[in-house]
Order: sequence, then structure tokens, then C-alpha cells
Amino acid sequence: MTKRAFRLETEQFSQERFFCRFVDWRVGAGLLVAFALSMAMASAQGAAQQAAPSPLATLVIWMPFILKGFALNLVISFLAMAIATVLGIGLGLMQISLIWLVRAPSRFVTHLLRNSPWLVILFVIMLLLPVDIRLPGNQRVMFPDWIKVTIAFALPVMGNISEILRGAVNSIPTGQWESAEGLAFTRSQALRWIILPQCIRRAIPPWMNWYALLTLSTPMASIFSIHEAVSNAQAGMEAAGARPGLLIPFYLFLLCLFFIYIYPIAVWTRKLERKYAVGS
Amino acid sequence: MFELIAPFFRHLYERTGLNFIVFYDPHEFGRFVAGISISLQLIFWSLLLSLVIGVVGAWTQRSQSAIWRGCVHAYIQAFRNTPPMIQLLFFYFALGAFTPSVDMGGYTQPIISSFVWAVISFGIFGGAFNVEIFRAGLDAVPESTLEAAESLCFSRWQTYTNVTLPLAFRISLPALTNNLVSLAKTTSLAYVIAVPEMTYVLNQVWSDNINVPEMMLLLFLYYVLVVTLLATALHALERRLVLPGYGQ
Amino acid sequence: MPSAPKSRTGDYRPWPDDKPIVSLNDVHKSYGMVEVLKGISLDVKKGEVICIIGPSGSGKSTLIRCINGLTPIQKGSITVEGQEVNDPKLDKLSLRRKVGIVFQQFNLFPHKTALQNVMMAPVLILREPKAEVEQRARALISKVRLTGKEDVYPGHLSGGQQQRVAIARSLAMRPDVMLFDEVTAALDPETVKEVLLTIKELAADGMTCILVTHEMGFAREVADHIYFTDLGVIVEHGAPAQFFTNAKDPRTRQFLSQVL
Ligand SMILES: Nc1ncnc2c1ncn2[C@@H]1O[C@H](COP(=O)(O)OP(=O)(O)OP(=O)(O)O)[C@@H](O)[C@H]1O
Ligand SMILES: [Mg+2]
Repeated sequence: MTKRAFRLETEQFSQERFFCRFVDWRVGAGLLVAFALSMAMASAQGAAQQAAPSPLATLVIWMPFILKGFALNLVISFLAMAIATVLGIGLGLMQISLIWLVRAPSRFVTHLLRNSPWLVILFVIMLLLPVDIRLPGNQRVMFPDWIKVTIAFALPVMGNISEILRGAVNSIPTGQWESAEGLAFTRSQALRWIILPQCIRRAIPPWMNWYALLTLSTPMASIFSIHEAVSNAQAGMEAAGARPGLLIPFYLFLLCLFFIYIYPIAVWTRKLERKYAVGS
Repeated sequence: MFELIAPFFRHLYERTGLNFIVFYDPHEFGRFVAGISISLQLIFWSLLLSLVIGVVGAWTQRSQSAIWRGCVHAYIQAFRNTPPMIQLLFFYFALGAFTPSVDMGGYTQPIISSFVWAVISFGIFGGAFNVEIFRAGLDAVPESTLEAAESLCFSRWQTYTNVTLPLAFRISLPALTNNLVSLAKTTSLAYVIAVPEMTYVLNQVWSDNINVPEMMLLLFLYYVLVVTLLATALHALERRLVLPGYGQ
Repeated sequence: MPSAPKSRTGDYRPWPDDKPIVSLNDVHKSYGMVEVLKGISLDVKKGEVICIIGPSGSGKSTLIRCINGLTPIQKGSITVEGQEVNDPKLDKLSLRRKVGIVFQQFNLFPHKTALQNVMMAPVLILREPKAEVEQRARALISKVRLTGKEDVYPGHLSGGQQQRVAIARSLAMRPDVMLFDEVTAALDPETVKEVLLTIKELAADGMTCILVTHEMGFAREVADHIYFTDLGVIVEHGAPAQFFTNAKDPRTRQFLSQVL
């Protein structure tokens, strides 16, 4: 009996993974129909109770405003992911450094970033980062709130990308290092030309998962009154008279919005994961 | 306890201006302790609910009925692919608006408090991941081992309780640890529906006393501690239950 | 007064020596559209050791599993001590108490020690007193030459050791017939010997054994009768001396020329 019996590939099941056996567009479509139906039903119920614009009509009026907010969610997610990727790779490379003084602190930072709740990191950055920084040439770099929140979102993802890189490099068999050494590669050359290219395939699915997770976290920006989808929806409900009948359609609409965007990414990620699993 | 640390932190404040007010002001200390208590309860009940949902869901996913399996699958997809914060808002505001309130003599109070809504929401969110984890654990128990039990006269139920479940649980445990730790971190989101847990309480403290950096540090330490303790406990359980000879 | 837990061990009547203890008559078995067993008939007398040999995929494992009621058959009859296996109302418990089975892949319970593996079924299923079972289990473990390994987990035992624990585990149910399905196929050459020795001793003690094996030397040595199966039928059978030196069917000859 192989020693691999009775084991699961742990990472596949963490919250950070969108692993599921039969992720399928039909499931997504079915869910969306269910969402829409319940939205319509809730609005119909609301309409029966109240006079003047039905909840659904109200939602339609405010839809462009909410969508505009959602665009900001997306912008934040793109930027934060870009920052997290660049810094995360840097931190990850530091984690596999042979120099203890580089490795130890970068390990510590990675652990800290991975183990704190996102909300706490958000508070730290939003409240402790100054509004602007004065550069030596008497130039001022402004930090509007949405830039700050982008930086805050980048941090936990950065920690996790750093860890993905370390895990991927460690999963390359030592024989690869040895054969590179045999060909007179230096460590950095081996890393650059032999090890890292092999890591990329392994790292892409988890990287995509982190993007999805990051996007799913962007609504937290509404806590800091950034005008993204959730705060815009709440503002819309407020402006439309804060009727309880509005709550279900508005929140369901928000859920749908994110679902429509994230679900295809999850399906695609799963596909890549399978493909690479077969390939290796 | 409080009497013991209070003089030191009061002194610290007077000397250096570092204002850890929750450690020397009795009122703020009370708030702080209540915050810890609520936060730990929130974590405990959310994890518990997510485990129950995970077990029941995994069981349903292996059932014969395609309809039930489809329902569980849709549930998993719906809750994995939408933001947990909006789920929480949806439960608390949208569904909460339609749950009845009880008259508490003078004022009314909803039957389901924000704390309970948070537990429900996090439990359902975390459960979506646990279902998959448990199902994979059950699937990973080799058919041949079950057959061996059958050939030794084990009934279906005896096989289930003596072989399938103990093995599936052990197989699932590492993945489960990850997910539970993640979920514990996610509970800080209860802040958005004003559950007076740690994040919320320290927020109030720092707005009342303008000591943001100190309280922030405390918040950070609190979560790092809780997460580390939870992870350590679960890893210890993992080590105790590891299948000898099949470990790392 | 609370009554003592009911023991299910009572009511034991030895099967007479002259009648076949296991008897297969025109057994047909298919998986879906594929017919794997196409009319197998054989008789095994008490204390007899029979070996089933044949090429891979010829249905040997299937045959063994049918005898233990692990898979149902479509046609024909299998009786064990007069009890019909192909009966929807079959009392599987009483059948499986009579028939022990050992698999190629050992299939020990990895979360229990060797001793616990052996004790589990008698204690849980037969509800025999624990102390008595433990005594018997220790005796069995020493019989398969594993004294000292009682508290070791399967993951820390070698393949051969695991297989011998599996044999002890089956014997703990005090079966009348033992089925062995290629029990040495997954083992290293050195450990094969230990396991074969255990089986040989078992056979010498008078246990009725049905063995599927690829170890021709062993089959020749221990078997009273050899059956050669191919494509779901018994092509040829006979006593080992005659079977190995004087096979009649060309298929048997070809198979033997490949494996000998
Ligand atoms: N559960 C099953 N479902 C469908 N087909 C099966 C199943 N089990 C076995 N078979 C098929 O039945 C045939 C006989 O299988 P069996 O395992 O009995 O062969 P065998 O003689 O034991 O071979 P080997 O020497 O390789 O163990 C094979 O063709 C196999 O593919
Ligand atoms: Mg076989």
C-alpha cells in the first residue's frame, strides 16, 4: 500500500481554494435564476404592501449607480492584485534566500500578513497611514482613501503569494537544483532559468483563487465609506426612503453581481487546475 | 488580575503617553473583557455550526437522491462565490427585517439578535467549505478497507461508525484545520452588524479615547493569539490522531 | 437483574467430514454486460486445500468474493456448510463467520494496532468477552510469528507482517474455511516466504483453504487439488502431481510454460 493512501491534498480544500468537483456553468446559471426569482418575489411582496415605486423599479433606477460602485470594486481588485503580485514575489524570493537575516524577517512578515484578519489590516492601514507623504524633492504624494484601501487589500494577498512562491519552489524536486548545479549554473541562474519557470504553472491556479478571494473582500471597503458597490447600494436604499421592502432585492442584486463575476473565474481556475494536475 | 496590571499601565501612560486604557480604567476593562468573551463565543458557535452543516451536507452529497445532491451543490457554489460580508448584511438586514420582534416590556427586540445572525451567516459560509472537505474525506476511505470490514461481519452501520468515520475524520483533519482557522479570522466581519466583539469594542475604545495605535496593536495581538492558539490546538489533535505510518 | 450481553458464539456444530463444505454449482456472474464467471462448479471437502490458478482477469478474485457473499451471483448456487449463499434472505453474519477472507492489499484498519485489528470483530460483532478475545488474539498473533508487534500500527509494519496480521484477524472469527486472494502478490520476495509458511501451517492444522495464487511451487506443495481457470470457466483441474506434469488442455500447458 502506498504511503500516500489515506491522505488529501490539503490546499485543495482551504477557503482559499475554489475547488469543487463539478463546477459547471449550468449550476451557476441555475443559481442566478434562483437569485433573480427570489429578488422578483421579494419585490412583488414589497410592492403589494406599499404604494408608489415598486422595489424592483427602485432597484432599476439605482442600478447604474450600484454598477458604478462595482466598477470601483474591480479597479481596487486589479490594482491590489498587481501590487500584491509584485511585492509578494519579492517577499517570496526573500523567504527562500540562503541568508538567514533576509529569510527570517520575511518569514515573520509573511506569517503576520497571512494570520491577521483582513478587517484588522484594513483598520491599520486606513487609520494609521498618513493622508500624504512628503518626498525629498518637496513633492507630495497624496493617499486618497481608495488608494489606501487598495494597499490594505494588497497586504494579506501579498503574504499569501509569498507563501505560494515558497511552496512552489520547495515542491520542485532537489534533483532539479542538483542538475542545474552540475551544469555550472549559479543559484540565481538556476532559480531564474530552471526552477521558477516550473513554478509558474503550479502557481497560476492558487494565484487566481487569491484574486477571486480578494475581489470577494472588496465590499469591506464600504466600512471606510468608499463609494463601491455596497455603499452605493446602501446609499440608494437610503435615498429611496429606506423601506424594508428594498432590502432583499438590493442585497440579492449585490450577491448576484459578485457571483456573475466570480463564478466564471472559479470555473476557469478549476479547469486550469485539472489541466495542470494531468500535465504534471 | 485587573488590580495587578492597572498600576503598571497607568504608570506607562503617565510616563510615555502610551494609552492602554483597557488595562487601567475599570469601565474600559469591563468592555474589553466582554469583547473577548463575545468574540470567543462567536468563533466557537460559528465553527460548531459550520461543522454540523459540513457533516450533514457531506452525508447528503453521498445520498442517492440527485435532487438533494444538486441542492447541496448549489448551496456550496452560492456561498463560496459571493462575498461573506454581503452574505452577512443580507442575513442581518434583509432577512432580519422580516423576522418577528418580541416585546421586552417597553422596547422591542428582534427574536434573532445580531450575534445569532452572525453565527448563522458564518456557519453557513464556513459550512460550504466543510461539506467538500468531509465529502472528500469520506471518498478517500478505500473501498477495499470497507470490504474487509464487511467480510468480518461488520454491518453497514458498524462499518460506518468503526471504520469509515474514524478514517474519514482523520483524512479530513488537515484541510479542516485550515478552513476553521480561516473562518475564525472571518468572524471579525461581525463588526459590520455591530456585534460587540473584539474589533467592534476596540473600535469604540479608540474613538472614545483617541488611542488608535495602541488599541490597533492590541487588536492585532489578540487575533494573532487566537488564530495561533486555535491552529496549535487543531494541529495537536491532528498529531494525536495521525494514522501511524501514513504521516508526513 | 441485568442480563449478561448475549453471546453469538453458541450453537456450533461441526460439519461432517464426508460432505463438501463448500460447493459451487454452475455459478454465473456478470458485471453489467460482461460475464466474468461462466458456469463454475467445484467442491471442497473439509480440511482440503485447493488452489485456483489462471491468467490475470480470468475471474479468480471474483470467484473468491462470491463465496463470501461480497458480490451477488446471477445464476447457479454456492453453498457453504449447506447454507445457500445465493439467497436473498441469506444471513450474511452466519455465512461470514464460517468463511474468512484475506485480500491481496491486506486492508487492515490503519487506525488500530495489530492487536486491536485482530480483536475488533470478535468483540464488536460476536460480543465475546474482551479478556477472552484478547487472550485468543495474542495467541493468534504469536501463531503468525508476530509476537512483540501487538501494539504496532499497520503503517509501521512491513507488507508481510501486515498480511500475517490480516490472516490472524480473519482467524479470530474462528472460520471453518479460509479464502486467500493472491495474498503474496503485493509483497517483496523475502516476505512472501513468511506468509506462505503461515498458510502452510494453517493447512497442516486442518483448515479448509481456498487459495488464489501465482506461486506455483507453493501450490504444488500444499494443494490437494488444483483448478485452472481462464475466461470465466474451469479449463482443467486435478491433483498437483498430475496437473503440473501432465496437463491435457493446450491453454493450461501454455499458461504453465509461461509461469514455470
Ligand atoms: N467491480 C467490477 N466491476 C466491473 N468489472 C469488474 C469488477 N471487478 C472485476 N471486474 C472484471 O472482471 C474480470 C475478472 O476480474 P478478477 O479480478 O476476478 O480477475 P482475476 O482473475 O482476479 O485477475 P488478477 O489475477 O489480475 O487478480 C476482469 O475483466 C475485471 O475487469
Ligand atoms: Mg485478482
